[in-house]
Amino acid sequence: MFFKSDYFRHPEFRVGALDSLAAAPGLAAWGLMTGVAMVNSGLSTFEALLMGVIVFAGSSQLAAIPLIASGAPMWVVLATGFCVNLRFVVFSAHMRPYVMHLPLWQRLITGYLTTDLTYVLFTRRFAQHGGAPEQLHAQQAYLAGNSGVNWVAWVGCSVVGVLLARLIPGAWGLGFAGILALLGIGFSLASSPLRWVSAGVAGAAAVAAFALPFKLNILLAIAAAVAMCLMIEARHER
Amino acid sequence: MNAETDLWTVLVIVGLTAITVLTRTLFFMSSKPWQLPHWAQRGLQYAPIAALSAVIVPEIVMTQGQFISTWQDARLFAALAGAGWFFWRKGQGQAVLGTIVAGMAVYLVLHLGFGW
Repeated sequence: MFFKSDYFRHPEFRVGALDSLAAAPGLAAWGLMTGVAMVNSGLSTFEALLMGVIVFAGSSQLAAIPLIASGAPMWVVLATGFCVNLRFVVFSAHMRPYVMHLPLWQRLITGYLTTDLTYVLFTRRFAQHGGAPEQLHAQQAYLAGNSGVNWVAWVGCSVVGVLLARLIPGAWGLGFAGILALLGIGFSLASSPLRWVSAGVAGAAAVAAFALPFKLNILLAIAAAVAMCLMIEARHER
Repeated sequence: MNAETDLWTVLVIVGLTAITVLTRTLFFMSSKPWQLPHWAQRGLQYAPIAALSAVIVPEIVMTQGQFISTWQDARLFAALAGAGWFFWRKGQGQAVLGTIVAGMAVYLVLHLGFGW
């Protein structure tokens, strides 16, 4: 909620903005690369700009791009984006006590603007959610400053990336940077042995079932990997 | 490279935006306290990495729907270089950015220099 002036004047706004700014070079490069990848995959300039500005979720954008390019049906693209984004559901459960004092429309905007980076920085600064009104206010001011800078850096660099991509020949294959970015995010999610199992099963299943129509191999692979991990987990709990 | 805008893609983009809002605010919507069923909570641990892997692996080891038949493929070495960077840095700092930069450096040399 970076447009509310009483947040803007709060000292925590500045702290949040500076925390976000410290991570901005990485974010900027990442936004730039996403912009280039969107155009190289065959999105029109308008589509790429629209995607960069409103979707505001790099990993689901990058996962959707090859599916859109291959003509997958809409529900497969959306279901894949949903699965990539499921980590945000975990974040929203964690963030719930920090925002429930706000009206619904402010909760929705606050959640929409809370990316991985903002979530990590916010929960690091406010490990405990204070219930007193001034604490809640300070938390929201921090969040406003942090997500405001984050939004400007991400969207600004996506737009620059989209425009730059017109100058770089498609034959260079810069779109592959998007896959490498997903690879890096995947490694950072691989925090337990069963998550490695999930990645291994999903990758193998997606290749084995590649011949399925409508890119259904992606959804089949996710379902197989999650089912496998839940079964292994259930066996270990006994 | 100058693709035309079509309505279908615009609708997909609007749909992805709705997915962003839905997943980031799922627990903000109702003022009543509630929980996901146990299996869904556990499944959340594994689905995101599965989705990423399902998208990534075919993009690295397949060409036009076929498993690659040669190891002389720039993507393999780029992915290895990216992985090497990530684990060398132990995932700290700007490790994802480093994965992209290291991988693309190898990719561009092999792809443009050797035509792999």
